[in-house]
Amino acid sequence: MNLHQSDETALRPAWRSRVSPSKDPMSHQNGRRYLSLLLFLFPLLALLLACTPSHPQSTFDALGDVAQKQLLLFRVIFWAAVFVFVVVEAILLYSVIRFRRRPNQAHPVPIHGNSRLEWAWTLAPAIVLAVIAVPTVRYVFETGNVPENEALRIKVIGHQWWWEFRYPQEYGNVVTANELRIPVGQVVVLTLESKDVIHSFWIPKLAGKVDLIPNRTNIMWIRAESEGEFYGQCAEFCGIAHAKMRFRVKAEASESFEAWVKAMKAPPPPPGSDAEAEGARLFTQKGCIACHKIEGTAAVGILGPNLTLFASRSTVGAGILDNTEYNVARWLRDPDEVKRGNLMAALAPFYRDPTMRLKEGEIEALVAYLHSLQ
Amino acid sequence: MAALTVPGVLRRPASYTGLWSWVTTVDHKRIGVLYGVTAFIYLLLGGTEAFLMRLQLARPDQSLVSPEAFNQLFTMHGTTMVFLVVMPLGAAFFNFMIPLMIGARDVAFPRLNAFSYWCFLGGSLLLNSSWFLGGAPNAGWFSYANLTSKAFNPGHGIDFWILGLMVLGVASMAAAFNFIVTIVNMRAPGMTLMRMPVFVWMTLVTSFLMILAFPVITVALIELMFDRMFGTNFFNPAAGGQPILWQHLFWLFGHPEVYILILPAMGIVSEILPTFSGKPLFGYPVVVFSGIAIGFLGWAVWSHHMFTVGLGPVANSVFALTTMTIAVPTGVKIFNWIGTLWGGSVRLTTPMLFAIGFIAMFIIGGLSGVMHAAAPSDAQQQDTYFVVAHIHYVLFGGAIFALFGGIYYWFPKVTGHLLGEGLGKLNFWLMIIGMNTAFFPMHFLGLDGMPRRIYTYSGEMGWGLWNFVSTVGVGIVILGVLVFLWNFFSSLRRGRPSGGDPWDGRTLEWSMPSPPPLYNFAAIPRVNSRDAYWEQKRGEVGDPPTNSPRSNSHNEHSSNGPIGRRPQGSYSDVAEAARLSIHLPGLSYFPILVAIGLTLAGFGLIYNLGLLFAGAALAVLSIYGWALEPVSDPAGHPLGH
Amino acid sequence: MEHAPATGHVAIEETTTGLSHRKLLIWAFLASECMFFGSLIATLLVYHGKSLSGPGPKEILDIPVTSVSTFVLLLSSLMMVMAYSAITRGRVKAFRIWIMCTAILGATFLGFQAFEFRHFALEGLTPRTNLFGSTFFTLTGFHGAHVTVGVIWLLSLFGYSFRGDLTRESGLSVDLAALYWHFVDIVWIVIFTVVYLIGVAL
Repeated sequence: MNLHQSDETALRPAWRSRVSPSKDPMSHQNGRRYLSLLLFLFPLLALLLACTPSHPQSTFDALGDVAQKQLLLFRVIFWAAVFVFVVVEAILLYSVIRFRRRPNQAHPVPIHGNSRLEWAWTLAPAIVLAVIAVPTVRYVFETGNVPENEALRIKVIGHQWWWEFRYPQEYGNVVTANELRIPVGQVVVLTLESKDVIHSFWIPKLAGKVDLIPNRTNIMWIRAESEGEFYGQCAEFCGIAHAKMRFRVKAEASESFEAWVKAMKAPPPPPGSDAEAEGARLFTQKGCIACHKIEGTAAVGILGPNLTLFASRSTVGAGILDNTEYNVARWLRDPDEVKRGNLMAALAPFYRDPTMRLKEGEIEALVAYLHSLQ
Repeated sequence: MAALTVPGVLRRPASYTGLWSWVTTVDHKRIGVLYGVTAFIYLLLGGTEAFLMRLQLARPDQSLVSPEAFNQLFTMHGTTMVFLVVMPLGAAFFNFMIPLMIGARDVAFPRLNAFSYWCFLGGSLLLNSSWFLGGAPNAGWFSYANLTSKAFNPGHGIDFWILGLMVLGVASMAAAFNFIVTIVNMRAPGMTLMRMPVFVWMTLVTSFLMILAFPVITVALIELMFDRMFGTNFFNPAAGGQPILWQHLFWLFGHPEVYILILPAMGIVSEILPTFSGKPLFGYPVVVFSGIAIGFLGWAVWSHHMFTVGLGPVANSVFALTTMTIAVPTGVKIFNWIGTLWGGSVRLTTPMLFAIGFIAMFIIGGLSGVMHAAAPSDAQQQDTYFVVAHIHYVLFGGAIFALFGGIYYWFPKVTGHLLGEGLGKLNFWLMIIGMNTAFFPMHFLGLDGMPRRIYTYSGEMGWGLWNFVSTVGVGIVILGVLVFLWNFFSSLRRGRPSGGDPWDGRTLEWSMPSPPPLYNFAAIPRVNSRDAYWEQKRGEVGDPPTNSPRSNSHNEHSSNGPIGRRPQGSYSDVAEAARLSIHLPGLSYFPILVAIGLTLAGFGLIYNLGLLFAGAALAVLSIYGWALEPVSDPAGHPLGH
Repeated sequence: MEHAPATGHVAIEETTTGLSHRKLLIWAFLASECMFFGSLIATLLVYHGKSLSGPGPKEILDIPVTSVSTFVLLLSSLMMVMAYSAITRGRVKAFRIWIMCTAILGATFLGFQAFEFRHFALEGLTPRTNLFGSTFFTLTGFHGAHVTVGVIWLLSLFGYSFRGDLTRESGLSVDLAALYWHFVDIVWIVIFTVVYLIGVAL
């Protein structure tokens, strides 16, 4: 190897070009310290601003057993992580600032290592991790194993891009879609299956997600501790309308839950108006019944969501729009505009063929009919 | 001899200048440059894809990008950044630096090396041509079965993805074989394994990971291709196939792949930190062994990507524990890096800033990684923006920062010019501020329940603010990259001449002129210690490794004038090599011909059997030509002997 | 396939380990191949007994016939050893005979496989039939492809020997082919054990 001693005078190494006598090195250093501090505080500041349990899918607002255990574990690890973050980043910044090169500094002592120190910082993270591992394994089993006192077992079936819920025989084999009703305070076991591709069932405030996989049955359990409506969403990418595969969970007192089950089995009320009667007729004539089922009517299709007691649901289009007359009409007018890729727009003849488009009057009648189902 | 073996077909190329000399080059330095430039272009492409997605998500309910396009964008963004940016940027440094760092004149198989690059280029073009041929792949970079089946994904996008990745896999494996042999077998006398620079070590570990991990995804890709093209049942639920099998195979590849991305970055940082701290790397053996440990443990953690598929509490516990174990060697590395800074004389040059930025950001990514390891709380984070934040802290704050550090560090070695320090620092601060603005809020979004891979969201979810902030952050990152480009192009010609050793370097590459001559070392150096070059410069060791005095004159030559005066691989280098009786590997057409053949065969599998056979025939014939062509060809070489 | 000519500088190449570059390369390559076949075999095992329809291994595999073809392949490995031994002692003519025997036995094995595939197809098992069909044909098909590459390689060495390129010093070129050939042979033993013997028994 050659020494390049001639270069030393001819070429000032790049890093030295920064040290110029006209600059005050102290103010420069202060500026950088300020910047570093800002960089360091930014995440913590942002964290304070970001605590927003009011958001409908916030995991910080755990209202079910499983979600609470998961949140508790998250908090333990989070604070351990904050501790490690603060300590390690502080040491890093300190060593960068403290050991900055001073002018005319001699070469530092070439230390190659220190085995005692290295053992220490091998063991330190190992110990922290061992401490975290204990609650982790405990909660893996607590959240993964179904509690003994199971009350209700509901089958959840994922479809591109909506959800089907099948209740057991004791609940009259009720089938509904996109809105899961459960009794509050009870353990509900969900068996998860998929009709087409992989989906993932997630109600952030009640429980972390579990996948729905073709050719496989997964199990999860939830228990809502308070009444209310919880937001859920598919969490595994499942195709074009993945973003619009949402749902709601309604936890209610057992009396109103029982009442709802009963109502689901009853035939729909007779038409209350001409529009509703016309809507019922169109529902059959236009072929909606080929894919949709409405308990107690000629509509027995199973390809699409079951529409029994449709008017009692909060949303239309798998949790994406409020169930208002305006929105139902919007959906019927052009489902593809609301939810690109959905199968109704692809399969129903009056969407496939522009000449057969539903007329505004027909849409009004259908909306009236659907909203009479409650 | 070439004429004898392939009569009348191809004359062996002999020109060391001009376009053809790049096409036929087998010089590891040129191949490194080709890798780097190509990968950087893909970085701009992948970044553009990211920015389009960020614009779409900046506000709720936007429709700047259609859902079809959005799905293609995130698929190609992930695939591009992993396979076409971070891996080949790493490969650029492997190529240019490994032979210089271990004291070799080239890699073990120079033509195989050229083949790796052309195959990488062919595979990447095959993959990206899908944009113009009916739509890019759209099932994510992980492409989970059975969304990729013909029934749910009838277009050709997935086929392009499969075949593109196969060709890229061939490229990666060929490169990895080459670097394993080069590092194991071509070290300068005295360079024992435990004297190798850490970057060389990490390249070795990475190469082993590549040759062992890529076959696994190749099998997965073959099974998927057969399902789509020939109607087999691997992932077909109707015939009893398990879509989960894809996930096991993919992540059995995919997690080692994560270390394939990050270990070279750790290697680069382990080179930069000691140089600019003026101290040897603290605890070198521990840093090396922790890298090897990460390489081993990386095989035992794949199911942490699958905590929500219902593998059961036992499997989830086991994989949670193995995953946490990986944090130990990672933590050890971070402490050793800080130990290197401690007590040093730290020069905050641009490469050093990027290296420190790497550590600072990697700590965040590592900690959120530990959070994911806890399976129960991960059930809330899996497939949310929390994971997006995590991987970007690891792969952007980690890998990309280290690679930028590497570019600033080694640019003078490649070109003989320094990148501007002022612009470099501006580049660094824009990127670190931008990335934190872009990715830190994603933690909140994930915990607020925002799933990944959604093309839009409704206003009532309360995700608007942080999504907007994140988009602004990406804008700042883009400014940083633009500053880099400005710096790059202005320094290429007018940058300060660097000389051979602008940073007071420790490793062998700094002992030679910049850019290094075609034949690297006039005389192969002898290495007596880990930081031999330093110790020699500081007069601590009596018996210095010696290089030819000739290289000093090169050094002055290149440091006084612009790069154009002494282009790499110039005629004078060839003459010089001949004078020193150095065998240069001969230029060759065959590597690019084999790569073209494979790429054409890929198109053929999608479109046309005739094209498939034509491509395969070209590849096979070229392999024969290659096999019959001598490594260095005295007859075809005007100045060979 | 970096082919070193007898006149090249490879003979004088100095390496850190003392092993030639190409020898290291082939070992690394075979390590990689282990993962390749390992993944294919793992897929087959995962799907063992999971087919929803027949025919399965019990109904269709013919162990006596495949035992013969397995023996043929094993014998070819012996021939390969003889070929290598001949070239290292500089006996090029003997080498030609042995390498040709190896290639012929390899081709015979491929003939057995073609016969087996055709027979299965007639019996109603194709890659599309069921999971067993998909995994079986893919695994054994890729093994067959490896044997095919091997046979071409062996025939190429046979051809080179007439150009005077193959001498005692370039025994390495034969050594590399031999390593590959033995590897492919060993993989077949694993496949025969797992797919045929265990597959029928379980």
